[in-house]
Amino acid sequence: MSYLATDFEPLPPQAPETAETLIPSPPLWRLLLGDVRACIAALTVVAMLLLAAVGPWIWPQSPATQWLSQVSVGPSGARTVDVVPDDPWQGPDRAVDSLTALQATTTAVKLAWPSLPTAVSYRVYRNTGGVGLGMPLTETVNTYYADHLQLSEQTYRYSVVPVKVDGTTAEPLWIEVNPRLTLGAFEAKLLGLVPHEGQVSLPAHPLGTDALGRDMLSRILHGARTSMLVGLSAPLLFITLGAFYGALAGLLGGWVDNLLMRFADFVVALPFLLFMILFRVALGIESGESGLFPMVLAMVLLSWPSAARLVRGQVLQLRESAFVMSARLAGASNFYLIRRHLLPNVLPLLLVSLSFAIPQAIFTEALLSFIGMGVVPPTPSWGTLCNEGIRSMLTHPHELVIPALAISATVLAFNVLGDALRDAMDVKVRRGVR
Amino acid sequence: MLRYVLKRIAYGALTIWFIATATFFAMHAVPGDPFNSAKAATPQLRENLRARYGLDKPVGEQYVLYLKNMLRGDFGISFTQENRRVNDIIREHFPVSAILGVVALLIATAGGIAGGAVAAYWHNRLPDRLLMMAVVLAISIPSFVIAALAQLLIVQANDLTGRSLLPVAGWGTLSHLWIPALVLGLGTMAYLARLMRSSMLDVMNTDYILTARAKGLGNWQIFWRHQLRNALLPVVTELGPTIAAITTGGFVVELIFAIPGLGRYFVQAVQQLDYTVIMGTTVFYGAFLVLIVVIVDLLYGVIDPRIRLHGGRR
Repeated sequence: MSYLATDFEPLPPQAPETAETLIPSPPLWRLLLGDVRACIAALTVVAMLLLAAVGPWIWPQSPATQWLSQVSVGPSGARTVDVVPDDPWQGPDRAVDSLTALQATTTAVKLAWPSLPTAVSYRVYRNTGGVGLGMPLTETVNTYYADHLQLSEQTYRYSVVPVKVDGTTAEPLWIEVNPRLTLGAFEAKLLGLVPHEGQVSLPAHPLGTDALGRDMLSRILHGARTSMLVGLSAPLLFITLGAFYGALAGLLGGWVDNLLMRFADFVVALPFLLFMILFRVALGIESGESGLFPMVLAMVLLSWPSAARLVRGQVLQLRESAFVMSARLAGASNFYLIRRHLLPNVLPLLLVSLSFAIPQAIFTEALLSFIGMGVVPPTPSWGTLCNEGIRSMLTHPHELVIPALAISATVLAFNVLGDALRDAMDVKVRRGVR
Repeated sequence: MLRYVLKRIAYGALTIWFIATATFFAMHAVPGDPFNSAKAATPQLRENLRARYGLDKPVGEQYVLYLKNMLRGDFGISFTQENRRVNDIIREHFPVSAILGVVALLIATAGGIAGGAVAAYWHNRLPDRLLMMAVVLAISIPSFVIAALAQLLIVQANDLTGRSLLPVAGWGTLSHLWIPALVLGLGTMAYLARLMRSSMLDVMNTDYILTARAKGLGNWQIFWRHQLRNALLPVVTELGPTIAAITTGGFVVELIFAIPGLGRYFVQAVQQLDYTVIMGTTVFYGAFLVLIVVIVDLLYGVIDPRIRLHGGRR
């Protein structure tokens, strides 16, 4: 029995059976755009990157200038203050009848008190808040004293205790003083400020100053540069390196693949901290110098295996996949296969790894700088800022909280972005299973 | 099975050898030697020091000696603390780190598994959302900041009550242990909670859960008998990296809470460039972690009967 072509009728067009799998998934950026938290995270990331890039130009204060008259102050605006001479004080030009503050500025608090006939000397104490005597400042035979000791704008309670011949003390005199912010003439000269009618204008410190009187905002912005530099460059480099390594292993296959991946397994086991130190020493970096470069080098040389494994796994899987085989049968070149099939499948995965590697690297930088192995103090980084902040955390918590917030917000944003990216690519999540 | 065990052990030993070798040659690739001019006033003194630490021999001979000593478990003498053997340092300080690490690990696994299970049970409802928010926060705050904030909280609590509820830092009693262990375990706990949650949700969609449901099992029984047990498997595989994370995290926690553990000692050795101590502790830690990974691998095979152990990879 034979058939003719006219015996056959074409079937009416039908919907493919597995319709679901044939619907192309929307592009990644559109999936992300529909995710509110991803948008917020992405905006935060962009804002942080912008701040790190142009922040120091927008806020041109030097992160190293020390405003000794404004140590550990909270947020303050720009202000004009008097410049007062800081010559040694020769005593009051008139007698006083009670404990008096003849000058109350942050440059000096000049106290004078009436002399007590039975007293041979006077002990001066200063207390910040509270009614006790507080910190002893001096014991003097004069009836005046000028306190220059790191004054800031807060209430001080000064007590003067007269000491008698037999060593006993009389009832203390006390006074509460609120020093006004001024600049000593020497400090003004040091900072290069030229007084105009005895006054200079001081810049604002929107986030306050640190324990050495340096502007926090400026330090945060310059620190962002360091942290972002390490946080971006190291992951970009090691993920690229790992991707090439993994692709090579996966494409070559066989014993070469085995050897390459065994080596990757060994590298994972190498201790990071030690190799960072080795690179430091090998590059001739003395302790006390910035270890930024060896840190990045150690991260790059030791962190690539995870990306390599990821890419190798994908390559092996794709090599066996039906669509690559049919493409190969259709005569596709290696270059075409890599460009058309390999990269589109691997790149999103690498993007997810990158968005998780960046916060990890920022953490590592902060941690190493915190223990003194990374960036060293004159250069600010978020890690060193936290380290300095912890020392004064009991009295001035803002010095720890601000850099900690900067790190946490950035890391949080990258983590959320990574989560959203991964979810966007996870079919299970998209179908609402997870 | 035996073949698999032997293979894993041989592979572990090879890794330890690689760590030791890489460490040795990296240290010796550094130009000069640890005895800088400040320490060795005269050339003669310098020569004596080099001879004492065996640095005058050819590198090959030093390497063989180093491996021989290491096989005997001898890591040499500290460079900065004369007459103190690295072995003694490890023996003295490692138990402290181990206690802290084990307690942190227990807190982290218990909290992580419970948190992940709770989040999965109330999937996409309030407990889940709250827990996942806490997890992301815990992952995003550096451990040294959490440690410092914990100290601040202790100080405030002690101030408020007027008594010493918990010590701020130090070591020696049980009350010194809890807060550092919690801080150390927090990041891992968050990570495990997240892993446990997604693993639970994966299990929830399997056929055997459907079967159990079809048989008429209650929600609670399914959760307890089928879901939780099967979901634990991926968490067990993560125990190796988890222990590694807690070990490295210990450095900072020990530093901030002034705990005399090996981690704190290692950081000090690093700052003082005490080469033998750095090398000794590195190889020790490396070997320790490799051992843990091997044990976890073997344990995994015991727990999950599906895994074939005929010498192949999973």
